[in-house]
Amino acid sequence: MKQSVKTIFTKNSQLDTDQLIFKKTAVSFFFFFILLGAAAWGWKWLRHQPADSGKTSAALRSVLNTNERIFNGWLSDKHLAKQYPASQAAKPARVNGDLGLKAAFDTAGWAMNVIRADGDTLKIKLDDIKKLPKTEIVFNFKCIEGWSQVTHWGGVRFADFIKAYGLKDEAAMKYLGLSTPDKEYYVGIDMPSALHPQTLLCYELNDQPLPMNQGYPLRLIIPVKYGVKSLKRIGDMYFSNERTPDYWADKKGYDYFSGL
Amino acid sequence: MKKIIKKHPLAIRWFHWVNFPVLAIMIWSGLLIYWANDVYKIGFGNTTLLKFFPGSFYQAFKIPYRLSEGMAYHFVFMWLFFLNGIAYVLYTIISGEWRLLVPNRHSFKEAWQVLLHDLHLRKSKPSQGKYNAAQRIAYSAIIIMGIGSILTGLAIYKPIQLEWLCTLFGGYKMARIIHFALTIGYVLFFLIHIIQVIMAGWNNFRAMVTGFEVEKIKEEPVSEEPIKTTTDEAIG
Repeated sequence: MKQSVKTIFTKNSQLDTDQLIFKKTAVSFFFFFILLGAAAWGWKWLRHQPADSGKTSAALRSVLNTNERIFNGWLSDKHLAKQYPASQAAKPARVNGDLGLKAAFDTAGWAMNVIRADGDTLKIKLDDIKKLPKTEIVFNFKCIEGWSQVTHWGGVRFADFIKAYGLKDEAAMKYLGLSTPDKEYYVGIDMPSALHPQTLLCYELNDQPLPMNQGYPLRLIIPVKYGVKSLKRIGDMYFSNERTPDYWADKKGYDYFSGL
Repeated sequence: MKKIIKKHPLAIRWFHWVNFPVLAIMIWSGLLIYWANDVYKIGFGNTTLLKFFPGSFYQAFKIPYRLSEGMAYHFVFMWLFFLNGIAYVLYTIISGEWRLLVPNRHSFKEAWQVLLHDLHLRKSKPSQGKYNAAQRIAYSAIIIMGIGSILTGLAIYKPIQLEWLCTLFGGYKMARIIHFALTIGYVLFFLIHIIQVIMAGWNNFRAMVTGFEVEKIKEEPVSEEPIKTTTDEAIG
């Protein structure tokens, strides 16, 4: 009997060694190529999934959201970004990005709008913020691009600010939202990260008022997230139980959480 | 006469072939991420011998401006890489395959002899089991590297929640460098692996798909005097 297609459908016991080798090889490679094809098809399917407005498909996004649920479980007020001596801070600090800072800006007229759940808006001036207890932090600021830099910031803990202004109900919601005065840039942050003891409403860099390109007069510094979340020049602050809009997640396909 | 000899268990073949595309996707998506801060190079003083990576490389693989896409794929396929790796390690431990894989006290001396043999500088090579000494070292090292990639990856993924891990690898920046260097290691491993597989030939390659190797045995009666063999043949 020759090695032919028929060999493949013959019982092993009726085959000689050469035929058996042929049969086993043919059958194995048949399944191997089927699986190879299935893998290629699966990859093609994944690559052709329609993207959401953020350019990431629902399939990938669902895994990223699952990651968030898993790793967010580790988030703890006890896990702090390592602090450094102020002497190690970079001077000047790296400036990366000017989204939301391009429009003409009236420095004197600035106030932060805290939009409360019931509709009334608190307008808070920089001097009022400066009256609250000051906290400084020197930590390794991490950009989503992959670089990092030790930087020295000063301001008010977000948690202290919430307490001082009696925003308990607002802070009980799931998400915080911030946007620049021109509304060109905005970030969404889960409340546990916002309330983390190292999250600052920041008005100083290296003991000096924030430079314009670092978000004068008031910005967010949130060490438990990539720098994209540390919005420069806060215009509005708002609260929601739904995810608040996020520039990089909604428009550019980045992970919403972006936590560290 | 030919004889069919079982070589690779089905589980190991699965782990091997699942790992191949998954690792490829991890390296590709890792490149998309690395591009956004591509600061590594090999050189001394102001002299750069090799920049990671030249512009032509990025263009050839369409790398630029795809950071978010890279991150999305990296953080999805990391699960497959992790689970497949864990399954492989557990399997080798439980099945006892690890005994064939982990270097023993002769391996480091013998690996040198295998290297000389492969470079055609030495005629005979030391006797071996399923894997030769060089393979034992290489295949064990790649597991250590895999564990290293997962741990350094976790360290740069959650550097604050897992600060101890980050510190263990010398900080955030150093963990990223190690994570990158390990990837270069995989690429070098892959190149050598492919060359070795081609040199070893069809019988060896087929075993990674079918699980068996074909051994040719001499059809001589066993009762005769012991057959004189050369060192090379004595390996069997």
